[in-house]
Amino acid sequence: MNIKNNLSTLIVSVQNRPGVLFRIAGLIRRRRFNIESLTVSHTENPQLSRFTILVRGDKETVEKMSKQLYRIVEVLKVSDPKDVEIVAKELALIKVSIKKDGSRVEITNIANHFRARVVNVNPEYMILEVTGNEEKIDAFYENTRKFGIIEFVRTGRTALFK
Amino acid sequence: MKKRLKEGQKATGAEIVCEALLREGTDIIFGYPGGAIMPVYDALLKYPQLHHILVRHEQGAAHAAEGFARVTGKPGVCLVTSGPGATNLVTGLADAMMDSVPIVCISGQVISSLIGNDAFQETDVVGVTAMVTKHNYLVIKPEEIAETIKEAFHLARTGRPGPVMIDIAKDAQQGITSFSYSKEITLPGYRPTITGNPKQVKRAAEIINKSLKPFILAGHGILISHAEKELAALAEKSHIPVATTLHGISSIPRDHRCYVGMLGMHGNLSPNKCTNEADVIIALGMRFDDRVTGKISGYARRAKVIHIDIDPAELNKNVPAEVPIVGDVKHVLQQLNPLISKADHKDWFVRFKEYDKLEFEKVIKNEVYPKTGQIKMGEVIRRLSEETKGQAIVVADVGQNQMFAARYYDFKVADSFITSGGLGTMGFALPAGAGAKIGRPNQEVWVITGDGGFQMKIQEMATIFQENINLKIAILNNNYLGMVRQWQHLFFDKKYSEVFLRNPNFIKLSEGFGIPAEKVDKRNNILPAIKRARKHKGPYLIEFVVETEANVFPMMPAGAAVDEIRLE
Repeated sequence: MNIKNNLSTLIVSVQNRPGVLFRIAGLIRRRRFNIESLTVSHTENPQLSRFTILVRGDKETVEKMSKQLYRIVEVLKVSDPKDVEIVAKELALIKVSIKKDGSRVEITNIANHFRARVVNVNPEYMILEVTGNEEKIDAFYENTRKFGIIEFVRTGRTALFK
Repeated sequence: MKKRLKEGQKATGAEIVCEALLREGTDIIFGYPGGAIMPVYDALLKYPQLHHILVRHEQGAAHAAEGFARVTGKPGVCLVTSGPGATNLVTGLADAMMDSVPIVCISGQVISSLIGNDAFQETDVVGVTAMVTKHNYLVIKPEEIAETIKEAFHLARTGRPGPVMIDIAKDAQQGITSFSYSKEITLPGYRPTITGNPKQVKRAAEIINKSLKPFILAGHGILISHAEKELAALAEKSHIPVATTLHGISSIPRDHRCYVGMLGMHGNLSPNKCTNEADVIIALGMRFDDRVTGKISGYARRAKVIHIDIDPAELNKNVPAEVPIVGDVKHVLQQLNPLISKADHKDWFVRFKEYDKLEFEKVIKNEVYPKTGQIKMGEVIRRLSEETKGQAIVVADVGQNQMFAARYYDFKVADSFITSGGLGTMGFALPAGAGAKIGRPNQEVWVITGDGGFQMKIQEMATIFQENINLKIAILNNNYLGMVRQWQHLFFDKKYSEVFLRNPNFIKLSEGFGIPAEKVDKRNNILPAIKRARKHKGPYLIEFVVETEANVFPMMPAGAAVDEIRLE
C-alpha cells in the first residue's frame, strides 16, 4: 500500500472458469469500491488467471474488498502487497501532434528522457510507447501535453512479486 | 417403476439430474414446468421417489424451498423453466442469500445453439442471478450435469449456506452420456474455516473471564451450526445474559434463565439498552445488521466485541471487533467453553429486569392482556403461544405481523421461527410455511401473515389445497399495510399515502381455494378459533380482524442509537 496516494495493489489469483471476470466486476460495482485500474490475464498455469486491481481507499477498505473477493468461489488467493514487495508496471500509448515546427525533435528528446519508444510516425503525429509506474506515465503525459495529444490510452497496473 | 442409475450407465442429462438429486438426499422438489425444462419433467415420471410439489408461481417455489431448508437443514430444491420461470425465482434467491438459506435451483435454458440469440423465453440466468446467489452455473453439456449438481449442493450447504443456481440448456438435458457420480469435488478456492484460531479463542476467553457485564448476542449461525447446546452451556457456566437477533430466535428457549430478549428495531427494551452498558459483547453467528445496531457510532459504546462467524467478510464489516474469530460457531464454542470460568452476574441481570418491568408496564401488558377495544395483534400471538405451548413452528411474513409474532410467541424448540429477515420479502410466509410443514410433517406449523402480505403470494393457497398440506394460516387483518402506515404516522406527520387496503372477503377466498376458514372479530372467540383450527385435519385459515392503527413498540427510530429506543 502506498500511503501517499492512498492506492493499493490487490493481486488476485483465480480459477480460470467462465464468469469469473463478471463476478469480480459485479462485486466491485455492488460494494462500491473505488478502483483505478483492473487488468486480467493468463499466467504460467493455464488453469489460473490473475487480476491486478489498483484500489483507492484506506486500509479497512482494502481489507473489506479482499474479504469480499474471497467469497467468490473461484478466487484462490488475494494478496495486498506493499509497494516495495512487487515490481509494478504500466504501459501507455500516446499519439502526439507534430504539426508545430520543431515539435518532433523536442518530443523525441522528452521520449528519450522517459525511455519512451517511438512506435509510429507520420507527418501529422507520432505514437509513443512508455512503460513505468503511474507517476512516470503521468509525468510523461504532462510533458507532452503542450504539443497536442490526439489520443492517450494506458493499460493499468500489472505486477509481479519480487 | 423407480429408476436408479448405476455408475457408468448411459442416461439422458435429464435422468442424470434426477439421479443426482437423489444422491444428494433430495426427496422433495418445488417447481413449475415449462418449455425449456420439459425433458427433466419427463424424466421425473420415472423417479416417483422425488415428490414434486407444483407451486403456482416460481417465487413461491423458492420460498417453499427456503422454509423446507430452514426446518430440515437440507438444501431445498426448485425446478423451473427458462426466461420468466427463472426470473420469477430472483426474489427468492435474493431472500435466501440475505438469510443464508441453502437452496439449489435448477432452471432449463434454451438449447445451447440459441443462447445469446434472444430466443423465445431466453434470459441470461447466470448474469441475472450472479449477485443474488452464492454461486451459479450454466451447463451446456450432459457430461457436466452430475458434477455441477454435486458441487452446487456442496456449496449450498457448507460454510455460510446460501442459494446456488444451475441453468441447464435443453439439449444438455436431452443428450446422452454415461453417468458418473464418483468424482471428488475440487474447489481449491472454497475452503470454509471451521475451527477457530486457538490464540484468538484464548484471548476471547480471557476477556470474557475478566468482564463484569458480558452479553451474548445469538444469531442465525447458532441454528445453522446446531450450536444450541454449546450456547446454553456458555451462558449457564458464566451466567451471561443472552439476547437473540430476529433469526437467532429459538436458538435458546424463551424460558431459559439466561434469555433476556430480542435485539433490534422492534426488539425488547432491555437487550437494546444494555448493549450500551455491556463491557463485553460476544456476537455469535450474527452480522450486526443495521436493524440491530441502529446508528453505528452510538453502538456498543463501552464494549469490547468478540465476533465469531464462519464468513470472514462479516468480521469488522459493520462493527469493529476486538477479537474476530473465523469459524463454525459450534466448533468455536466447543473450543471456548472449557476456557471460561464460572461466574455470577446477578447484579448485571438486575439491570435487564428493571428495563423488562418498564417494557411490560408500558407496552406488553396492554398488548397481550387488553380488556377492551379492538383485538390486538399481540394478544392473538400470545394466545396461540399459550395454546400450542410454544411448540409450534411459526412462519411469519413481513411487517407488523412479523414483529408481533417475533415478540409475543414464546419459542421453546430450535428452528421454530422462520421469516424473511434480511430481504424483508412480503408474501414469504405462505409458501415458506408450506415448505416448512412438508419438511417437518409431524410438527404443528402456523403461518402468521398480514392482509397485505397474504395477497402477495395468495396463489399458493392452491398449492396447499392440492397437496393437502396441514398448515394453519392466521391473517392479522388491520386493513392497512401496517408497518408502512406506522412509519407514515410517526415520521411523515400521519399523512397516509397508499397504505389503506380495501380487501377481498378472505373467508370466501379461502373457501374458494377449498380451504375452510373463519373470521374472528371478538376477543372471546380468539382461543376457540385457534382450537378449532388445531383440531381440523388439513389446512385451515383464520382471519383475525385486529386493531387498525396499532403501532409496534418499542421502536428504535431509523438513524437513532440502540439506547434511544422508544416505548411510545
